[in-house]
Amino acid sequence: MMRITKYVLTDILRNKTLIVYTLLLFLLSFSVFSLEDNPTKGVLSILNLLLIIVPLISSIFTTIYIYNSSEFIELLVSQPVKRSSIWMSIYFGLASSLSLAFIIGAGIVTLIYQPDSTGFFLILSGVLLSLIFCSIAMLTSVYNRDKAKGIGASILTWLYFSLLFDGILVFLLFQFSDYPIEKAMMTLSMLNPIDLARILILLKLDVSALMGYTGALFRSFFGNASGQTISFLVLAIWFLLPFLISLRKFKHKDL
Amino acid sequence: MISIENISKSFGKQEVLKNISVKMNSNECIALIGPNGSGKTTLIKSVLGMVPVVKGKILIDNVSIEGNYQYRSLIGYMPQIGRYPDNMNIGQVINLMKNIRGNQTSFDETLIDDFNLRAIYGKKMSTLSGGTRQKVSACIAFLFNPHVLILDEPTAGLDPLSSEILKNKILVEKAKGKLIIITSHVLSELEDLITRVIYMQDGNIRIDAFLNDLLLQTGENKLGKIISKALN
Repeated sequence: MMRITKYVLTDILRNKTLIVYTLLLFLLSFSVFSLEDNPTKGVLSILNLLLIIVPLISSIFTTIYIYNSSEFIELLVSQPVKRSSIWMSIYFGLASSLSLAFIIGAGIVTLIYQPDSTGFFLILSGVLLSLIFCSIAMLTSVYNRDKAKGIGASILTWLYFSLLFDGILVFLLFQFSDYPIEKAMMTLSMLNPIDLARILILLKLDVSALMGYTGALFRSFFGNASGQTISFLVLAIWFLLPFLISLRKFKHKDL
Repeated sequence: MISIENISKSFGKQEVLKNISVKMNSNECIALIGPNGSGKTTLIKSVLGMVPVVKGKILIDNVSIEGNYQYRSLIGYMPQIGRYPDNMNIGQVINLMKNIRGNQTSFDETLIDDFNLRAIYGKKMSTLSGGTRQKVSACIAFLFNPHVLILDEPTAGLDPLSSEILKNKILVEKAKGKLIIITSHVLSELEDLITRVIYMQDGNIRIDAFLNDLLLQTGENKLGKIISKALN
């Protein structure tokens, strides 16, 4: 497995897209921090940017990479190599290089301007989002044989998590505003990793007061140590579960 | 060597293999022939585990291939259309293959020399012609000196000279007592290689006989005529 991982990693690191992604993150975070005189505001602006960019790039890059390496996969499957180790090597290669790109691009700048636990949380959620959307993209691409369909599906999942889900949430909030639905909303937000990451950082930044009563509720839940642990566990489930399902599918796939 | 027991395979609603059973032994050179879409490639791919079968069993040296992957080190496979990572060059692909089977140290590189591939090791796979790709596939299939060779349309796209080199190589390996399975549509080139014929149609095996028996039975000496007579 190590040998395949090495090949996948060298292949990805030579890829220009990833270098452009790193540079983009670097330029964005650097310019945002230089524009804002208050680094906390900078973290907020960067948060909004990375919640859009990281999931988008992670899922599209992963999908395209999987389809482009279909030849490589086919070549390996006829060799004495375990199917699961092929798939795991690819995930490991993709996830680690996407996280590395994020840490180099946005992480270092963040740590320079905001060298505290908030900055650390920002980096951690960026890395987690990279892992999560990488594994969701692997799931969508293992189920679609057609490349165009696969890329379409991964764009749709991104759109769903970053826009549509919030729309549905707001809709529910207005429809049921007469009822005590705060607990239900909290549970629902667990169903979206992007929301979960956003809430974690907002609470860390202490701007949750802006979120009103719900914010207070979120604070009482997420703010304490056990709330944070639970949300990290949920985020961990978010990258493990899609990957494990895709692994199971890949083991029995016709190639 | 390879024992296939009652396997069936469907892609969606289309049934590609219908309850196929066949035994293949070492020291045989088998021509697997049949019309397009008769299930030849699917049969080969199911032996290799590229297409997992749900119904039936495939045994190699009396061990089921299900959930097993080590057995593939016994098989050299040359695909019909070799697909390789575009951004790698020939040398890197061959090194990758060697690397994957890290425990093997001696390689059969005669084909690489015969095809003179070393001179173009630096060429990217994306720039290769169909024939050169076939040569790379052939070299990889023979590289590990496997007990079983599965060659899917080995000479399609090869120039006559290279085709002859490959055929000679197959004869050399046949003399070593290996099991060789060849699918091809060019029947004339199989004649001097094979010992046994398996003819497939619509996912069934229609003919499975030794070439010598078929020769006697039909009184013909051309493989094409033998098949058409045996089918009637």
